[in-house]
Amino acid sequence: MDTLLAANSLAEYLHTNGVPFFGQLDESTAMIVAAVVHVALVGAWFGLPAGLFIWAERKVSARIQDRLGPTRCGGKFGWLQSLADGIKLIQKEDLVPKDADGLMFRLAPYIVVVASFVGYIALPFSDGWAAMTLDVGLFLTLAVLSLEVLGVILAGYSSGSKWALFGAMREGAQMVSYEIPMAICALCPIITAGTLNLNEVALLQSGGAWNWNVLHPFNFFAFFVYFTCATASCKRAPFDLAEAESELVAGFLTEYSGFRWSLFFLAEYASMFLVSGLAVVLFLGGWDDGLGIITAIKTAFPDGLGNFIANVIGLKVFLIKSSVLVCVQIWVRWTLPRLRIDQVMTTCLKYLIPISCFLFAGTVAYPLVLAKMSGQTSIIGAPAGERLVQPGVIREIKRVKSTGITPAAVKVSAASPEGGQP
Amino acid sequence: MSSAEIILFWLFAALTCGGAISVCVSQNVVRMAFSLVLTLGSTAVLFLLLGADFVGATQLLVYVGGTLVLIVFGVMLTATGPFTRIKSSAADGILSGLIGVIFLFIVASTVTSVRWMDTDKEQGVASKVAFGTHAKAVEGGFNPAQQGNTTRQLGLSFLSLRPDRDLNLSIPSASRKVPNTAPVVPGSPVMEMPEASASEPKLSAGYLLPFEIVSVHLLVVLVGAAYLARTKRRTKS
Repeated sequence: MDTLLAANSLAEYLHTNGVPFFGQLDESTAMIVAAVVHVALVGAWFGLPAGLFIWAERKVSARIQDRLGPTRCGGKFGWLQSLADGIKLIQKEDLVPKDADGLMFRLAPYIVVVASFVGYIALPFSDGWAAMTLDVGLFLTLAVLSLEVLGVILAGYSSGSKWALFGAMREGAQMVSYEIPMAICALCPIITAGTLNLNEVALLQSGGAWNWNVLHPFNFFAFFVYFTCATASCKRAPFDLAEAESELVAGFLTEYSGFRWSLFFLAEYASMFLVSGLAVVLFLGGWDDGLGIITAIKTAFPDGLGNFIANVIGLKVFLIKSSVLVCVQIWVRWTLPRLRIDQVMTTCLKYLIPISCFLFAGTVAYPLVLAKMSGQTSIIGAPAGERLVQPGVIREIKRVKSTGITPAAVKVSAASPEGGQP
Repeated sequence: MSSAEIILFWLFAALTCGGAISVCVSQNVVRMAFSLVLTLGSTAVLFLLLGADFVGATQLLVYVGGTLVLIVFGVMLTATGPFTRIKSSAADGILSGLIGVIFLFIVASTVTSVRWMDTDKEQGVASKVAFGTHAKAVEGGFNPAQQGNTTRQLGLSFLSLRPDRDLNLSIPSASRKVPNTAPVVPGSPVMEMPEASASEPKLSAGYLLPFEIVSVHLLVVLVGAAYLARTKRRTKS
């Protein structure tokens, strides 16, 4: 389990090995230094994609609408357009309407930004390269993502404007509803993997594209449902009812300007990347390249520079996969018409929730049925008493334990006779 | 705990209390809701600091992401004008103050009845409830590198396998010197740990049945809510 704890161990490393010129750091200094390093790295991944994808959004939308898009700012392709946008937005006056609740109005963008930033802490960018490899990684990420809606509601309510209030109500209803199928579909690969730790979920899919969860018959459909819900939870078209400019001016963003407005957009693009990254980790193999190259390098060089290079390649693979998914979100936005609010709610409550429940039940039953069909021990049709762990298994576990064993291995050896994984 | 963790603990403890006080003091409903976000969110961070990351994440998901959004929705739907203010009478203040004092008394008496020294370092609860390889790591108290390794045990318990009891994993002998007076959460292994023996371990039922009962209760509540909402609409039309 050393690699899984790699991200947690930076503070320990600084404490025990020390750094050049400073010697050994005491425990709390090491913890602070490690925290600053992690926050800076995650902050970079929080900010950079936003700039990149805003530029991509301009270019892709221009191509789809038969235009050129930005061409001047920073060379032929307008690379620096996002930077120019940012400078423009920061210069603008920070307006607070007279009717607004000033404190809440000023705070709301930060809630949204913090929610999508904290979502990044459990996301593994490569093997063990996460700010924190938590055993409840996915659970915490989904929990934190559900806070974003609070910022949106507060923004709409405190603006003191009808457009903003209507936008926030729509957005709140939409995000709260779409959270349910999204979470259920995210649980399907979790059931296949048997762990909530995102790093382990990706690790179990490594070794080639045939190991990816998306090729599992139920996870395949779960992937598309998850991606639809993720698009909706990022308030992207065709679910961008909250900002429907033809009816609501700009929804909950109506009264915002300048820097605070750009914070909302930063958070939106960051959470687009976050949900895409989650989709990659859960369904598309994480940092796995699909041909087994990275796994081969890792097997050849279990540690040292070779392992590091494999991780760097894995990081790039992960970023490319996530960016492709973000680009799909961008295409969808510029090619599909916006739904009506009742259609949005119908899609979620009448179609996506039942479908995701079916997929969830299917993912649970699939390995059991498969085991039954292939003649292995399966709990299907077995009397209740046989579903308990057999004493012999426990003796086996105790034997393994005395030779040293991790809790994960206990789980695997305990689960297999129950017919969990064929 | 390192000093940085202690500083973080005090910071978030202060935020929790400050948020709670401002819920009482403020008269603006939406500001109250935001103060609740602060209180409940900081409580979640306190759980995370203590290494109980499953509880912390649940706190965020259930209270901040779920209940609070519901409260804010309720406020927005029932408010007659913008920025509703609540002005409570003096009688309300006295009554709620009394209830608050009673609760404070209950909490204070519970807290003071616990021997907190026992939960510290080598003689700590942390090393008693730990098992397997985990036990070695926490022998000297809480170890941040192993923080939050609670999910698997919880999950296995729901699957009718109690790792602490069924697997008969031994407690480090160092922690057995202290008589079993340390306060622990009911159901934790210190209270129920059978004497380690070579015989066949007893199988416990785990928490699967209670969990299922709670789920069925929730289902009943959901069906009831749907039924109430429907009948109301029918009588109107």
